[in-house]
Amino acid sequence: MTSSRAAFAAILAKDLRSELRTLQSLPAMALFSVTTFVIFRFGLDRTSLSGSLAAGVLWATLLFAAVLGINRLFVAEREEGGFDAIRLAPIDRSVLFSAKAAALVIYLLALELVAVPIFALFFLHDLGGLAPLALVLLLADLGLAATGTLISSMAVNSRARDLLVPLVLLPLVVPLMIAATGATEPLLALGGPGYHRFGTWLMVLGLYDLIFGLVGYAVFDFLLED
Amino acid sequence: MYGKGLRPLSIATVAMLALSLSLVFFYAPLDADQGFIQKIFYLHVPLAIVALVGFVVGGVFAIAHLRTNNRKWDAYSYVSIHMSVIFGVAVLITGSIWAKASWGHWWVWDEPTLVSFLIVFLMYATYYPFRYAIEDPERQARYASVFAITAGAFVPLNFMAVRMAQSLVHPRTFGTANGGLPGEMMLVFLCCLATMALLWVTLVKFELTAKSASGQVKRLRRALDAPAPGAASRIAPEVS
Repeated sequence: MTSSRAAFAAILAKDLRSELRTLQSLPAMALFSVTTFVIFRFGLDRTSLSGSLAAGVLWATLLFAAVLGINRLFVAEREEGGFDAIRLAPIDRSVLFSAKAAALVIYLLALELVAVPIFALFFLHDLGGLAPLALVLLLADLGLAATGTLISSMAVNSRARDLLVPLVLLPLVVPLMIAATGATEPLLALGGPGYHRFGTWLMVLGLYDLIFGLVGYAVFDFLLED
Repeated sequence: MYGKGLRPLSIATVAMLALSLSLVFFYAPLDADQGFIQKIFYLHVPLAIVALVGFVVGGVFAIAHLRTNNRKWDAYSYVSIHMSVIFGVAVLITGSIWAKASWGHWWVWDEPTLVSFLIVFLMYATYYPFRYAIEDPERQARYASVFAITAGAFVPLNFMAVRMAQSLVHPRTFGTANGGLPGEMMLVFLCCLATMALLWVTLVKFELTAKSASGQVKRLRRALDAPAPGAASRIAPEVS
């Protein structure tokens, strides 16, 4: 028990340290999301957004920025032999799944810490919805991390790596996006945040997190065998 | 060995198809509201149910593959998903025709069942490029099984999320306590459902037989040292 907790901490710390030193994912994700906001400003020809349009722009941008990070999640493991090391180490292999998913959650939270304030600065008049939005973001990040880690670990071992993540991940996260935009839409509505069906959507997000967290944890072992 | 019993099964399927179609056209009462076009219901709904069940069955075979490590189950899982994707194309086309006839549009976005089915279909359509991208056959089989299990868990969740997001227009055939279908229609419907399930099983068996035969031919050729004519499929799993 303690050994897998130690392994989890070690892998997570290794990932965060290498990201901090190389900065290969996070700056790109943040830059991508800011540029996408600018593109939406001209694509929609709107200088302020609210309701469903705001929710759609925010979530589409965050999702595509997340795909960038998910694409790179296991590249170092594959190129530098991290997979072999995990296979050799006397630890439970599912630890790699939970550590990578935790690292991805931290990346996504860091991305949102940059992207959401800029989104608010660009498009929103009323900032009252941002505090409850944090809860939606956190729950959606957990689900995105579970499916993202699973798909990324498979895609990295294939010929078509960068192609496979968006191709397989996007249909898989449709329910997550339905729930996240459903919860966000009333929060960013014109004239103050509303909470129409907020609890229901949070429950759907929680259910998604639970199911794909469990599925990922259960099947991840088979992805590392060789 | 997969070919055993294929002939009686095919004959039974053809007989059931003929029986179901004649029941649909000559026995089932005309719908008071929609008239003749409602008959597409007897094709569309059974196809959809069989396709969705087929996807889940593919996931169950995938679990069997991961548990036993027997490549046979991977072939079963592949063929199940393959056949369900083909059925899925038919579901989308018949659904579109029905929507045009009864609601006036080929595609209706605020209609949860149609949209959910499209998302599930798109999900499973990525199964092919996904398999194709992995070269090592061992690993391909394992990853495809993981995909099939994940997607199998995704099907019910997706239906729930889409249904919650939208208004309710689609006829909820079995939502109410006593089905909402008159007895004669229910009988014809069940007959059609059995026929479609039988058709699915027959086609799956045909594909498995064909794969097993071509696998045997390939092995014999290799034993004789003769080159294979044309490239073998790189996506489909081999059956021994």
